[in-house]
Amino acid sequence: MCLGIPGEVVELLDSNRHLAKVDVAGVRRSINIDLLEDESVAPGDWVLIHVGFAMAKIDESEAQRTLEGLQLMGQAYTDEVRAVLESRIA
Amino acid sequence: MRFVDEYRDPAAARALVAHITALVGDGHYKFMEVCGGHTHTIYRHGIEHLLPTSVELVHGPGCPVCVIPMGRIDDAIAVAQASGVIFTSFGDMMRVPGSNGSLLGAQAQGADIRVVYSPLDALRVAVDNPERHIVFFAVGFETTAPSTAATVLRARQDGVMNFSVFSNHVTIVPPIKAILESPDLRLDGFIGPGHVSTVIGQRPYRFVPEEYGKPFVTAGFEPLDILQAIAMLLTQISEGRCCVENQYTRCVSEAGNPRALAFLKEVFELRPHFEWRGLGFIPESALKLRAEFAQWDAELRFEVPGVRVADPKACQCGEVLKGAIKPWECKVFGTACTPETPIGTCMVSSEGACAAYYNFGRLHREVAVNMGGPR
Repeated sequence: MCLGIPGEVVELLDSNRHLAKVDVAGVRRSINIDLLEDESVAPGDWVLIHVGFAMAKIDESEAQRTLEGLQLMGQAYTDEVRAVLESRIA
Repeated sequence: MRFVDEYRDPAAARALVAHITALVGDGHYKFMEVCGGHTHTIYRHGIEHLLPTSVELVHGPGCPVCVIPMGRIDDAIAVAQASGVIFTSFGDMMRVPGSNGSLLGAQAQGADIRVVYSPLDALRVAVDNPERHIVFFAVGFETTAPSTAATVLRARQDGVMNFSVFSNHVTIVPPIKAILESPDLRLDGFIGPGHVSTVIGQRPYRFVPEEYGKPFVTAGFEPLDILQAIAMLLTQISEGRCCVENQYTRCVSEAGNPRALAFLKEVFELRPHFEWRGLGFIPESALKLRAEFAQWDAELRFEVPGVRVADPKACQCGEVLKGAIKPWECKVFGTACTPETPIGTCMVSSEGACAAYYNFGRLHREVAVNMGGPR
């Protein structure tokens, strides 16, 4: 459960509720970006997502590397992606 | 080098292993990987069999599911069975055995227990079910705790009163200290946790080199990250240096995430002490909600039995968590205790040393032995 998963921010949603739409493994979901509000998150940024929250901004090429590393984890990775996709944060 | 071929960059892995072998020389080194995510990577990719036999990896206490003591599971089940409650939990916690069954068992017996991915999902269940009370089973280190804090602040802002948190959040530094103080474990350095460090940064680990003289390298989760961190630890030792270094710069900064730390400070305070599976009571090692958030504190709203329960006699999770024994050295490993019917927590979570070894490590070990390899 300490896995984080990289996602690309595609749209900022409700700024009051600190919501952003991210692309995770080709599917779009809402996450909360409150923990990064001091770092001005914008569409195109890559973030590390953990339990529905963006934890850290990460460089795009590094994000790809992290993603490849996670994919090597097999089941643990697919479980994490499935969990993200089942989330209904709003 | 049988195991290297599946790596993303086998050439880089081979080069790192050769570099590590050269650095080791005639020495013998024991490093602890603190984080369960690292344990998973190590077993899954057979890293132990790539390394020279004189580099030993010891698995640490950084699996949040594994360190929760049985009594807290009993408490969670008691809250989940209270009238009118919807109990929400991360999926990892569902099969962790308490003294009288797991959350999964309680669910089968009729308790309304739902798996959520995020504390915000739990809050949403509360908004959707105003006539019920929703409890979120909060577990995890500093990686997860800021998300719980942000969710509690959101509940307060939105006036959601039918929501509370059963906090079992723990902090990473006290167990590292407890392990360093443990007389029966001689370590030569630490592979530091990756995602906890995105929040707390690198500074809280400085006491490890400064007070205990052990190098500390924070690492990422891919096999190459782990190999590189081991090379960095050995380089420090061979150069006579001892400090905190960061291999995982792509996610971790020196200062961490100050906003996440501010959220933690606003919502939580340290408990005087908290029981850890295998490590006993550790002072100031866990978080509870501050008094001003009493409204959202499940421990104040519900009768929580709070009974201390000893681990089953056969279970040696405590010794595994302290790195005193390897998973396969436990008396019940793979026989009475399997991922399907776990006795101890280390067999439940995919980040637990026993589950990781059961699923991957023993196969690698068999192959290595058959090839005349070291172990």
